[in-house]
Amino acid sequence: MITEALLLSAFLFVIGVFGVLVRRNAIIMFLCIELMLNAVNVSFVALSRVVGIDGQLFVFFVMTVAAAEAAVGLAIIISIFRHYESVDVENFNLLKW
Amino acid sequence: MSVLGSMMLLQGGGEEGAQAAGAAFEPFVPGLILLLPLLGFLTNGALALAAGRRAATVARVGGEWELPDSHRPATHTLPSLVGPGVLLAAFAVVLVNFTRMLGVELHEPVVVPYWTWIVTGTFEVAVAMQLDQLSMVMMMVVSGVGFLIHVFSVGYMKDDPGYPRYFTYLNLFVFFMLVLVAGASFPVMFVGWEGVGLCSYLLIGFWFKDRQKADAGKKAFIVNRIGDFGFLVAMFLLFVTFGTLDFVPVFEAAPEVLAYGGGLVTAVTLFLLLGATGKSAQIPLYVWLPDAMAGPTPVSALIHAATMVTVGVYMVARASMLFALAPVGSLAVAGIGALTALFAATIALAQYDIKKVLAYSTISQLGYMFLGVGVGAYTAGIFHLMTHAFFKALLFLGSGAVIHSMHYALHHTHKPWDAQDMRNMGGLRRALPVTWITMWIGTLAIAGIWPFAGFFSKDEIIWYAGAAATGPHAAWYTLFWVMALATALMTAFYMTRMMVMTFHGANRTGEAEAHHLHEAPLTMTVPLVVLAILSVFGGWINVPAALHDGWAGLFGVLPMGEGLHHWLEPMVGPATEVRAEHVGAFLEAAPLGGGELAWAAFSTTMAAVVVATAVCLVRGWRIVPATEAGEPTAGLKRILYHKWYVDELYDRIVVRPVAAGSRFLWRVIDAGLVDGIVNATGSVSRAFGLMGSMIQTGSVNTYAFILTVGVVLILAAMAL
Amino acid sequence: MTDIIFYVFAALALAGAMGVVAGRNPVASLLSMVLCLGSVAVIYVLLEAHFIAAVQVIVYAGAIMVLFLFVIMLLNLGHDYHPDLRYTLWLIIPVAVSGALFGLLARQFWGESVAGSGGDAVDAAVAEYGAIGAIARPLYTQWVVPFEITGILLLVAIVGALVLAKRRV
Repeated sequence: MITEALLLSAFLFVIGVFGVLVRRNAIIMFLCIELMLNAVNVSFVALSRVVGIDGQLFVFFVMTVAAAEAAVGLAIIISIFRHYESVDVENFNLLKW
Repeated sequence: MSVLGSMMLLQGGGEEGAQAAGAAFEPFVPGLILLLPLLGFLTNGALALAAGRRAATVARVGGEWELPDSHRPATHTLPSLVGPGVLLAAFAVVLVNFTRMLGVELHEPVVVPYWTWIVTGTFEVAVAMQLDQLSMVMMMVVSGVGFLIHVFSVGYMKDDPGYPRYFTYLNLFVFFMLVLVAGASFPVMFVGWEGVGLCSYLLIGFWFKDRQKADAGKKAFIVNRIGDFGFLVAMFLLFVTFGTLDFVPVFEAAPEVLAYGGGLVTAVTLFLLLGATGKSAQIPLYVWLPDAMAGPTPVSALIHAATMVTVGVYMVARASMLFALAPVGSLAVAGIGALTALFAATIALAQYDIKKVLAYSTISQLGYMFLGVGVGAYTAGIFHLMTHAFFKALLFLGSGAVIHSMHYALHHTHKPWDAQDMRNMGGLRRALPVTWITMWIGTLAIAGIWPFAGFFSKDEIIWYAGAAATGPHAAWYTLFWVMALATALMTAFYMTRMMVMTFHGANRTGEAEAHHLHEAPLTMTVPLVVLAILSVFGGWINVPAALHDGWAGLFGVLPMGEGLHHWLEPMVGPATEVRAEHVGAFLEAAPLGGGELAWAAFSTTMAAVVVATAVCLVRGWRIVPATEAGEPTAGLKRILYHKWYVDELYDRIVVRPVAAGSRFLWRVIDAGLVDGIVNATGSVSRAFGLMGSMIQTGSVNTYAFILTVGVVLILAAMAL
Repeated sequence: MTDIIFYVFAALALAGAMGVVAGRNPVASLLSMVLCLGSVAVIYVLLEAHFIAAVQVIVYAGAIMVLFLFVIMLLNLGHDYHPDLRYTLWLIIPVAVSGALFGLLARQFWGESVAGSGGDAVDAAVAEYGAIGAIARPLYTQWVVPFEITGILLLVAIVGALVLAKRRV
């Protein structure tokens, strides 16, 4: 089961990457990033069956950081929205050459 | 003056000399000989610097800067003392050494080392002076005639603002010339070689604000350089063969190390010949000397008549052993000498500038010297070098006096005529009597009329050339002998033509100017007189034995009797022996089977006949002043006047292709390729930068994409 | 039995994930995400990580997703149904890259079966101290420094979020 769980983790991760590359809505991109973090959590937990309790412990930290990151990231998106009136990342191109 | 004195000494010291044989020759502070002119250079240089811009300004002789004598600044009076003074002192030292050498029969040269100059691996060159008979003769000629010319310059250049600068360069020249003749090894000689070339450039282009004169100086230096290349290659070959470049070891080892007539020694001598043609103005590198007449006339006298141009002959005489071992090389030397003599004489027949006539005459006489040393008569060549120094310096200084006077006269009436063109002169003998007489003495000497100096030296060369025609390469040497004879006749003719056009007949300068023509001051006439005396008696130190008892030697009255032969015997003897070993002692033979006395009578008579004919002929010519006459336009005269168009030929063949090549290298290679590469580096960097900057799309998705691609690549690299 | 449950819920998780990516409406995407998270929680239980499963549901699905939902509502994005994919035809490129990534990862994981005795230690700890105690023990002894730092991190995040989202400073 561990191997299958790891494969599941890989699959979820890749779907998250695909979503980040493809979606234009900033919030959905962010959601896909959360999906990637989640996939990593799955692999940590699966591997805790192999290496011990440290795997699950790390998931704990990852979740905490994910939460903090989500909060801050969404705050940023809100403040950008106030400026551009949209969350389409295609519009955020001031750093274009 | 000096040679007379030494002649007496040699006479008197004969017996004592034999007793003192075996005693050593102790040089008397020989370094002073070199040091004194150098000190003169430094002192005059300091004065020139102090005079500042005044010393560099151009002025014509007879000048634009006319300052009464009471107002002359110190910077312009001190060089009059320092310049000739150091030369007189140097000459005195040389004389002391000479008298010391007279009392001793010197068989080996005395080398006085000073310090080591180059030490690299096996190559060692020391700064050393070589005191032997040959260098002593040369040093006496250089310092003695040099002193007289310095005295002449005091009068000639008096009103020139560049007065101190002139003496600076002149002293420097004498210094380098003495280094050249007294050096004990090829590199030291080469230092002097290059140095005199430099001073020649500085002095020819003395009035450098005139573009033409500056160009003449440049031409001299560049053409000399081509010859220097030959000298250098010869030095390299010698070093590779002998491992050293000092004269004494090289010439001692030469007969064993070098194969007679072999490729190596022939190559060395031919390259040395190339160097000599550059410095001594022979074919093909003579073109600088006529242009060098742009310099002040005393410079022409010193450098381009008496001393610098003779270094080629000196070099061949010094390296006589090498030339004796290379019959082809000697043949080349003689051939170039004979050809140049004839060629230059033909050009001199059609020249109207008095200095140009003398310049081509110098080239022609140098050809005689080369012919002499080429056939193996080294003493004859050096003898002619010495007598030529006397009468050619006399002729040049005399022409300087004439030009000085003409300049003054034309300047006074502001007539824009050329002061040096003989067609503007005429009848000057009344105005310049001393110059007239002394120049006639010089002319008779150069024409080879007994008993003047030129007769003995020139005749000896022609005699030996004839003798060589009985040995190997007979056909060549016969041709050279014929050429030498023809040249002698032409020399007599054109020199007489020059004298008659200048001093005889009616005065063509103009009525107003005629009042202002006057004799030169004492500082200029005294050297003329001294040199005239030398031209009369100078040949008497080397009267051949066969002539000594006959009418030509005044039935035994003439004192010296082959003096120079005996004097130089230890130096050129080994070479003559080597030559005799291989080709027989042909030099002792008599050309045409005739006797020497008969030949002497014949040649003097011929020369006198030509002179007399020329006087009558030229006096009958209708000569028109230069501005009316213009250049000759027809036939042979035009070709001769334009110097056989050699300069134009060189321009087409050498100068223009080189200039075109340079332009190509500049525009295409340097500005195009090299600069192009450098600029391209910049442009390419900018292009790459521009391409790279396109990654910044400003869109987050792109960045994420690139990130992902990077991760994939890293994983792939790790997995594989 | 556990295998079947595993495969079912794995499929559900994948379906949810694809729903996130393919959803037209942001709210739809979000709800798919919740589905995914829930399924993953079940899988955690199957892997004997009970505490983590609980935390997943409470924190992740409960708090973080709710936060997302609040923001979507705040920005009034719930109404647009337009497709907002960046690529149209060139979609193949992200597909290829993602495929390559998956291939590499799978290759890593497929290999020999990962075997170890860690699971037994976990079970022993759970049996002795209970599910929470098994995690709490190392957390407060060995990993107490990261724990405290995480606390500060959360404080910073809160303050930061407040400052960033304020209308005017």
